[in-house]
Amino acid sequence: MSPVLAAAAGVVRRDLLLAMRRKSEALAPVLFFVVVASLFPLGIGPEPDLLRRIGPGVLWVGALLATLLGLGRLFAADHDDGTLEQMALSPEPFAVLVLAKVAAHWLIAGLPLVAAAPVLALQYGLPADTIAVLVASLVLGTPVLSLVGAIGAALTLGVRGGGLLVALLVLPLYVPALVFGAGAVDANLAGTGAEAQLSLLGACLAISAFFAPWATTAALRIALE
Amino acid sequence: MGNRIVNWFRFSSPQAFYAPAGKMIPWFAAAAAILAALGLYIGLFAAPTDFQQGDAYRIIFVHVPASWMSMFAYVVMAAWAGVGLVFNARLSGMMASALAPTGALFAFLSLWTGALWGKPTWGTYWVWDARLTSELVLFFLYVGFLALQAAIDDPRRADKAGAVLALVGVVNIPIIYFSVQWWNTLHQGASVSVTRAPSMAATMFTGMIVMVLAFWMYAIAVSLARVRAIILERERRAAWVRELPEAA
Repeated sequence: MSPVLAAAAGVVRRDLLLAMRRKSEALAPVLFFVVVASLFPLGIGPEPDLLRRIGPGVLWVGALLATLLGLGRLFAADHDDGTLEQMALSPEPFAVLVLAKVAAHWLIAGLPLVAAAPVLALQYGLPADTIAVLVASLVLGTPVLSLVGAIGAALTLGVRGGGLLVALLVLPLYVPALVFGAGAVDANLAGTGAEAQLSLLGACLAISAFFAPWATTAALRIALE
Repeated sequence: MGNRIVNWFRFSSPQAFYAPAGKMIPWFAAAAAILAALGLYIGLFAAPTDFQQGDAYRIIFVHVPASWMSMFAYVVMAAWAGVGLVFNARLSGMMASALAPTGALFAFLSLWTGALWGKPTWGTYWVWDARLTSELVLFFLYVGFLALQAAIDDPRRADKAGAVLALVGVVNIPIIYFSVQWWNTLHQGASVSVTRAPSMAATMFTGMIVMVLAFWMYAIAVSLARVRAIILERERRAAWVRELPEAA
């Protein structure tokens, strides 16, 4: 393995290990997702038709907010103990290490959401093939949320009221992922096929995987100055 | 005079820019006032009443310029932010910060006047249409920029962080716009397009363009005044600021 890949794998392994040691922190976003999704029927009413209609949107917005919860911790601990500075000084490209941290964040915060979504979708009475589309849209969409969210997390690093601020910065940027993601599930429910929306979601993923680490790195270097 | 070469980079220093900016403000402010008076006269008196919408349509003489300038101001802001990141020039960051409140004001004005127009025309203040929604998201982006800059105490870091955010936003705006267009849109098609002749009376078109120029001049005048205030605030300990007659 080349040294760059080895360093990236090391970062991923370390972040996963840290998450395993503090499970409650890692589990909070997915529990939040489950609770929020369960509150909507209580607020709106239990009519199956209505729930099936709003299910895709509710689950997507829930996933979006749950991702937001974990963003504050993405760089904060490493910033406090100086690890982030060592990463910036290391001979390996900083952007690759940042991408590795974002990947680890997705494995910890994004993947459990994808796993929990089918169960919640059953509560909303979505049919089996629609659930498959929901899972596919979340598999493509939650990495976008992590990548774009990392920019906001880096910009607000060590800033007063960073937790609320990151929501203000990042949520408008989540609009395309939400529209395409929930749109894919809706399209499948309406019987028009979800390929177009899923392709666009994949395009969003490609663009953000290319640009977001670069912007995040720039923002982190500003914060470290 | 001879062939004197003006070194434009001289004006990237806040000290060199402060005085010429002050001299330019009255000119742009006067241009804004004259153009606005002319544009409002054309819009409110000279332009004919629309046969479908009656006189309610006249809000477009404020609405359309506000929408255009809100988008234009964001691009200009991102351009200044980019220049600031590339050349590490302090004044560029100050220009971006000075433009942001004006842009946010235009975005808000555009939403507000759009709601006022929508009630008599569509029968509702708000519809979830592509252009309304993307204007709303643009307003949120402005608010995020302002909030980020307000939250960071060190002005240099605030400028740079704001610059990264503005550039990320400017890349995202087209994606947001096209994603939001996914919905079927209630909004009428664009009333002015570059590729075909305007679908409105010539006087209406003239009035609108004059109002756009008025808003533009206003934006320049206000941003220059604001950038002068920012310069004074940040350089308050510099000797040249202390020697200014207005600081004494």
